[in-house]
Amino acid sequence: MDFELSEEQVLLKDSVDRFVLDNYGADDRLKLSQTELGFSRDHWKQMAELGWLGMAFPEEVGGFGGGAVETMIMMESMGRGLVLEPFVSTVLLGGALIAEAGSAEQIESIIPSVIEGNLMLAFAYAEPQSRFNLNDVETTATKSGDGYVLSGTKSVVYHGGTADKVVVSARTSGGSRDAEGISLFVVDTNASGVDVRSYQTVDGQRAADIRFDNVSVGADALLGEEGKAAPVIEKIADRATAALCAEAVGAMAAANEITNEYLKTRKQFGIPIGKFQVLQHRMVDMYMEAEQSKSMADMAAMKLDIGYSDETKRAVSAAKSQIGKACKFVGQQSVQLHGGMGMTDEYSIGHYFKRLSTIELLFGNTDYHLNRFSALS
Amino acid sequence: MDLSFTDEELAFQAEVREFLETKLPADVKDRYERGLHFTKEGQVRWQKILNEKGWMAPNWPAEYGGTGWTATQKYIFAQELGRASAPPPIPFGVSMVGPVIYTFGSQEQKDYYLPRILNSDDWWCQGYSEPGSGSDLASLQTKAVRDGDEYVVNGQKIWTSHAQHADMIFCLVRTDSNAKAQEGISFLLIDMNTPGITLKPIIGLDKEHTLNEVFFDDVRVPVKNRVGEENKGWTYAKFLLGNERTSIARISQSKLKVKKLRAIAAEQRTNGGLLQDDTDFMRKLNQIDVDLMALEYTELRMLSRIQKGEKLTAEPSLLKIKGSDIQQALTELSVEALGMYGVAYEAEEIREGRNDQNFAPDYANGPMAEHLYLRAASIYGGSNEIQRNIISKMVLGL
Ligand SMILES: Cc1cc2nc3c(=O)[nH]c(=O)nc-3n(C[C@H](O)[C@H](O)[C@H](O)COP(=O)(O)OP(=O)(O)OC[C@H]3O[C@@H](n4cnc5c(N)ncnc54)[C@H](O)[C@@H]3O)c2cc1C
Ligand SMILES: Cc1cc2nc3c(=O)[nH]c(=O)nc-3n(C[C@H](O)[C@H](O)[C@H](O)COP(=O)(O)OP(=O)(O)OC[C@H]3O[C@@H](n4cnc5c(N)ncnc54)[C@H](O)[C@@H]3O)c2cc1C
Repeated sequence: MDFELSEEQVLLKDSVDRFVLDNYGADDRLKLSQTELGFSRDHWKQMAELGWLGMAFPEEVGGFGGGAVETMIMMESMGRGLVLEPFVSTVLLGGALIAEAGSAEQIESIIPSVIEGNLMLAFAYAEPQSRFNLNDVETTATKSGDGYVLSGTKSVVYHGGTADKVVVSARTSGGSRDAEGISLFVVDTNASGVDVRSYQTVDGQRAADIRFDNVSVGADALLGEEGKAAPVIEKIADRATAALCAEAVGAMAAANEITNEYLKTRKQFGIPIGKFQVLQHRMVDMYMEAEQSKSMADMAAMKLDIGYSDETKRAVSAAKSQIGKACKFVGQQSVQLHGGMGMTDEYSIGHYFKRLSTIELLFGNTDYHLNRFSALS
Repeated sequence: MDLSFTDEELAFQAEVREFLETKLPADVKDRYERGLHFTKEGQVRWQKILNEKGWMAPNWPAEYGGTGWTATQKYIFAQELGRASAPPPIPFGVSMVGPVIYTFGSQEQKDYYLPRILNSDDWWCQGYSEPGSGSDLASLQTKAVRDGDEYVVNGQKIWTSHAQHADMIFCLVRTDSNAKAQEGISFLLIDMNTPGITLKPIIGLDKEHTLNEVFFDDVRVPVKNRVGEENKGWTYAKFLLGNERTSIARISQSKLKVKKLRAIAAEQRTNGGLLQDDTDFMRKLNQIDVDLMALEYTELRMLSRIQKGEKLTAEPSLLKIKGSDIQQALTELSVEALGMYGVAYEAEEIREGRNDQNFAPDYANGPMAEHLYLRAASIYGGSNEIQRNIISKMVLGL
């Protein structure tokens, strides 16, 4: 057992921290989130040049073979700055699914471009009725000649509006919520019949609703075995969930630092408000939640690097439910302790609150993961 | 002790219900039901309808244009407003400055301002908080220096809600810098069109504009616009805050929200069934409903003590704390009800005209906006920490 980072890992962390320091001042982030795109293509290029977009891919496909721990390190540092680029969508979801389930040709035609920063991806899984159930898939893929025809609606696809290709879950057989019969397809967003409508999300990012209206794709669009995608989706969703947990840990650490500093400097009644015991204890509770969360995020990443079993799933759900609870508490209380300042768009703390609230519900909220934990226990 | 209504009270209830069903403008109702900020035009239009009926100010004495209702009638009216999704009047005029004017103001002030408040001719805003004086309100620094028949006001207010719409601002200003903090404050009524007043918008967490900074640069205010005595403003200010804290509990609004959440739960699909079959979700909703009931009966019990002539000290602070906790829990749950659609959020200006552009259910427009804004419910009107300090000092003697 070793909870310390290796030398290479320290270098990786320093490099992401440096990037955040240089590019993600609170004002810069606010401005960027308000642009049409919602992130920066220059940043994306830099991320590619720094090798981050290839970090999580196996060496065989041109990546650096980093594990969940490397992802955790990067996400935690990005979380501190509330980084907006579609790293999770492109690399940890779309890219990871293709690397995991794709054929040699599929991987070759897509992953190198992702690593170079020339191709963006998204994962379209949620549907209006599905809530957090990854197997609740009503979008259909019907065999037609050599290929398939896709029909259905995917909702709140993070970065669907900027993705060149989306990985789509669709049902090739089975009933509405069966694990059996779900397949994955890689679809060009400009293919005919694909209607992508993008909008802003509360955390300053972008998502899209995507309608597939009899979209014809070739047999080569199928990712992995037909009807057997559920376990792949679950695994990649768990890895992404662990990454989001790490992002939350970084965001909580930053929110706590900002709030702690505010308690020391803001004066009311002639003294710093941090002298009021009720606020001291609140801050202590926020600190404790952040510490517990960091432990759980580290634990989940390390377990993922050992292998993928029911125990790993249980660990990820435990981490997400702890972190979901912490996200809400730390986010809400850091606004509260700022008084009116916390309610403004201009000041950074509210943005931490909003991203933390969002992470709480991505890939299943606290209740969802507590139930999954319980089912696996 | 008796909870039932008399026949007259039931008839009154039917009258209110009928009035709201026929007179409440649909657009006003829709925004309110969603939890979106009002538009000034819609709100004024609605308040004028209320005033025409004579129902604008149930809490005012009849001689100033109040309704002369019993406590039970007021309760029924508030319940019916909530039930019909009818917004209550904006508090700054009718609930805040109005009672200060009829209690402490000059005859001239009463004659001029009270009818204008009732008819929504003036839009009022509240100039209490300053950058350095939030929780410690008494430390406020905006100065008013006497110059003949006028005060010359210099300084800054902040977090002034809806000041961009306002015709008038009621302001706490320092008129004696040598006295103890609480003893050098006066209460002024200031015309927002007076030269020297400038506004700067503050955009909120919800990306909307309700908050403002208000700057005073040699603003000349007639001395006759002072309420009551010079340097006694703190007394009037606290009187007003006491009123603010009861109306801030927003019980009937929360009841409405519970009802709406039950309706959403009956529609929102999950796991092949409906959200109302999700025991985790329903347990949370029912817990809030129980908390709300406890709050309602606490409020009724307090109102009955007031009716009897008892003087409450800091008990209304309880209503404020519990009321805001409930509002926040409800909006949080409303967002949760939407599942993934909880994260889709655009400020109104951006969203304008594109409601149909994504496939979210119609009720997705609103919950997040309200959730974000109501984080302030535990901050404004005296933060919940400050309310607890007040209870511990005034009620518990700690
Ligand atoms: C089961 C048990 C075993 C124990 N064993 C031992 C032992 O082996 N050896 C030994 O020496 N002692 C022992 N103690 C004593 C224990 O350390 C004291 O009870 C403890 O330090 C609290 O002191 P007190 O009881 O005087 O309570 P107080 O100090 O009077 O505290 C009363 C309450 O006030 C709160 N409080 C006090 N000061 C503050 C503050 N500054 N800010 C906020 N809150 C405050 C406390 O948290 C507590 O809730 C034991 C106690 C118990 C109950
Ligand atoms: C949406 C919104 C609308 C508002 N509308 C108006 C308006 O129309 N007019 C107006 O005048 N004002 C308005 N306010 C201002 C509001 O009244 C103040 O924000 C509030 O009084 C808190 O002051 P502050 O923001 O300076 O926070 P601070 O007083 O700096 O408080 C910061 C934190 O410290 C805590 N704290 C401070 N002192 C103590 C203490 N002694 N013990 C324990 N904890 C303490 C607070 O609870 C808070 O958590 C509004 C505020 C908001 C957010």
